Amino acid sequence: MRQTWFDDFRGGALATLPLTIAVAPIGMIFGVGAAAKGLSVAEAGLMSALVFAGGSQFVALDLWRQPAPWLALGLAALLVNIRHVLLSMSLGGKLQAFPVWLRYLAMLMLADEVWAMAEKRAMAATLTPAWYAGIAVPFYLTWLLSTFVGVLAGSAIGDPRALGLDFAFTAVFIALVTGFWKGRETGLILAASGLAAILVHRLVPGAWYIAAGAAAGIAAAAVQEFLWPEELPA
Amino acid sequence: MTLDPSAFAAILAMACATVFTRLSGLYLMGRLRLGPRGSKLLGAVPPAVLMALVAPVALATGLPETAAAAVTALAALRLPLLAATALGVATAALMRFFL
Repeated sequence: MRQTWFDDFRGGALATLPLTIAVAPIGMIFGVGAAAKGLSVAEAGLMSALVFAGGSQFVALDLWRQPAPWLALGLAALLVNIRHVLLSMSLGGKLQAFPVWLRYLAMLMLADEVWAMAEKRAMAATLTPAWYAGIAVPFYLTWLLSTFVGVLAGSAIGDPRALGLDFAFTAVFIALVTGFWKGRETGLILAASGLAAILVHRLVPGAWYIAAGAAAGIAAAAVQEFLWPEELPA
Repeated sequence: MTLDPSAFAAILAMACATVFTRLSGLYLMGRLRLGPRGSKLLGAVPPAVLMALVAPVALATGLPETAAAAVTALAALRLPLLAATALGVATAALMRFFL
């Protein structure tokens, strides 16, 4: 039993290793940026520990003033992370192996990367709490530690762009998309989502493009269901 | 190790917002009874969100990013995640260096 638990934890941790490695430079960049904006070590660390959502944390740095505008920052975080509602709905249906209280605890550690690896696992096998912990806990701790390294090191870290490290997340997400491929239907969903995301990204500042892409993808799925209803699974 | 009161309030507000978004989907999932159509639409969420996250970087940033995205996608059809990611990152770095 104990062996199984550890095996699952290790399985999740190993599968997520590329993402855990890739998040370290991002966390450091956040820390460096936070220091540049005048956040203390405690403030930057507390934000990474309690918010744990990279996109909204970078947006917060952009909006950061002294004194901090808490309402604007809270609303910005809500907007940037509104996609979590969809992510947690989608993953929420795949947590049968979790006791109810643990489902809520698990969702507190939800991030794009954690969610994507959990969905990938749920396609192949039952997602166990230990596997999920293997995905989420090392990832969370790396985010937190790298924030501290960044805010302490200040600007001593070189340009991660030159090393292509900023592309790591895009690369991982692209590789994961190929795993969701189920033929023409997926192709149309991807085309609608990509097109909407690019258009909205061009025209509207902020993170609206993610919600727009998600909505367009769902709409494409709905249209296809209307056009070819016989393809519904029995 | 200083903690400014306004910074603390802002961090708490951000934390409340993200906790709300993370838990509300799970809560809705427990209340809604999805039929086969609803489940099918929800099944479109993972690829749609992933695509929305990558599309502006992969397709509308520049040649290095688009080339690296294509290399990653092709590699991912044959290779494990780590190898495909490494190839994509290396492609982005090399193309930026030479362009």
